Amino acid sequence: MFRYILHKLLLFVPTLFGITICAFAFVRLLPGDPILAMAGEHGVTPERYEILKEQFGYNLPMWQQYLRYVGEVLTGDFGISLSTKRPVMTEFMTLFPATIELSIVAMILAIVIGIPAGVYAAARRGTWPDQLLMGTALVGYSMPIFWWGLLLIIFFSGYLGWTPVSGRIGLQYFFKPITGFLLIDTLIYGKFDAFRSALQHMILPAIALGTIPLAVIARQTRSAMLEVLGEDYIRTARAKGLKTARVIGVHALRNALIPVVTTIGLQVGVLMAGAILTETIFSWPGIGKWMVDSIFKRDYVVVQSGLLLIALIVMVVNLLVDILYAVINPRMRG
Amino acid sequence: MAEIATQGPMPSRFPGLREFWYYFSMNKGAVIGLAVFTFMVLAAFTAPIFAPHEPYAQYRDAFLAPPVWYEGGSWKFILGTDAVGRDILSRLLYGAQFSLLIGAVVVTISLVVGIGLGLVAGYFRGWIDVAISRVMDIILAFPSLLLALVMVTILGPSLFNAMLAIALVLVPHFARLVRAAVMAEKNKEYIAASKVAGAGSLRLMFLTILPNCLAPLIVQATLSFSNAILEAAALGFLGLGAQPPTPEWGTMLATAREFILRAPWVVTFPGLAILITVLAINLMGDGLRDALDPKLKRS
Repeated sequence: MFRYILHKLLLFVPTLFGITICAFAFVRLLPGDPILAMAGEHGVTPERYEILKEQFGYNLPMWQQYLRYVGEVLTGDFGISLSTKRPVMTEFMTLFPATIELSIVAMILAIVIGIPAGVYAAARRGTWPDQLLMGTALVGYSMPIFWWGLLLIIFFSGYLGWTPVSGRIGLQYFFKPITGFLLIDTLIYGKFDAFRSALQHMILPAIALGTIPLAVIARQTRSAMLEVLGEDYIRTARAKGLKTARVIGVHALRNALIPVVTTIGLQVGVLMAGAILTETIFSWPGIGKWMVDSIFKRDYVVVQSGLLLIALIVMVVNLLVDILYAVINPRMRG
Repeated sequence: MAEIATQGPMPSRFPGLREFWYYFSMNKGAVIGLAVFTFMVLAAFTAPIFAPHEPYAQYRDAFLAPPVWYEGGSWKFILGTDAVGRDILSRLLYGAQFSLLIGAVVVTISLVVGIGLGLVAGYFRGWIDVAISRVMDIILAFPSLLLALVMVTILGPSLFNAMLAIALVLVPHFARLVRAAVMAEKNKEYIAASKVAGAGSLRLMFLTILPNCLAPLIVQATLSFSNAILEAAALGFLGLGAQPPTPEWGTMLATAREFILRAPWVVTFPGLAILITVLAINLMGDGLRDALDPKLKRS
């Protein structure tokens, strides 16, 4: 197991190196002069141009520029946003909890519905409930979520008028963030009407974002269960006279969950990609919308740092999933 | 894995067409998917004949006209019109051309590049394998849509650049698949036999090993086809893919966004077209997986 973890850690290093090169290269690959691109439409005077060139180190050789960039990143300096003039890291830390909160709620939805649905479908293999569930899962898996989000708005916000169209909480509420998670902060302050508002804002984006992971988890759970249900130890458990519910719920599920846990972890990348679309549709103030807005505002410092930070998060989570997989899988022990 | 044993003999090599069809047609969903997909292809090719209107023609007297079954709808615009009076049905039919083009181009590029890289990495191993594998890891470290977004930012927003970006994002899936398959096949006896018979590296790679990795590749290509359509539509929706007034489905959705509450049909049909196409292809993919490779069988 330790060799496996060590192996994964060793692979982590070159990939880390690679993503910093990608982020570094991004600004330099943009068409045109990077300083002019950063200066935007207003342009710069020749003197200011030289100052900026000096400031960003564009007069240095490429490898020195790269080292300088890595040095900045390692000290947590991700530059200053061109559009807001605030440090990118500050902006990231303000917006990141919104994305995390949305992702967690979406993932909880996906797990709470997806795993039971997969188990049930496997237990009833070949019957119409199985076909119905797996058919629905495939529809979810094929869903263009930007359209799905719009449909949810049309139906629940427009037609039924149950939920707000966009944003994270009603405008009349303001909280100094404690955890940054509004569903928790509102409860800490004891403002239940604000909690309700936050929850109402959360529901539709969470459904939109959770749909694809839900479908993937349901399909994966079903196939993992089917595989496990064919094993000898399940036959033994049945032969012992255990109730079907116990055989499926305890003996089979425990083992089937091992690959499912990996699948769940690997959805982080999917969630981040989904957040870009979901947040854009629901005007959710998270890092996905931030990235898209920054691309359109040509705020390339933000895009560069966002790219690096998001990739870093996805990589770290995937590494943790790999380690977790080694820890929970009895076959990997020893 | 016990279930597979009950399914009768399954040839490990590329099965004959009749045998393939036998297993494929056992999966009802796959047959439906194939039928829908065939219909899409026909729709794309016959759009100039059957589309009731020109996709770019604007009818000034019919902005946001509702579909025929709504009150005030007419047979002139069966699925209604958009905000500048263009017939939605006609645009959808022409849009099918774009989606199929996107799928075909993206899959071709990523398949060719992925097979090349995977073969080289799996066959030669050593430093070149390390280099290729690490680059693939790096591409996979980024969420696919984010990487595609950034690529398009560099290249400039257009349908072609969107296709290039998506193709790049999909390459690692093919490369990894081929690499793993090559490594599994490489030490088998038939490879040793061809080597002894004097086959060169290129012949071994392309003519001896590659045909044995075809089954999972076909499945992966199918899934990538639907993925490409989804991602291209997402880029179009964000305004970084095909540019208006191109009748690409995602781009159509982007321009329709502000009318979602006033004229839901403008939003509903392009998305439905994306969903149906992607679903049909994924259904086929499931069927292909069952028919071609029992080891990949999941459902």
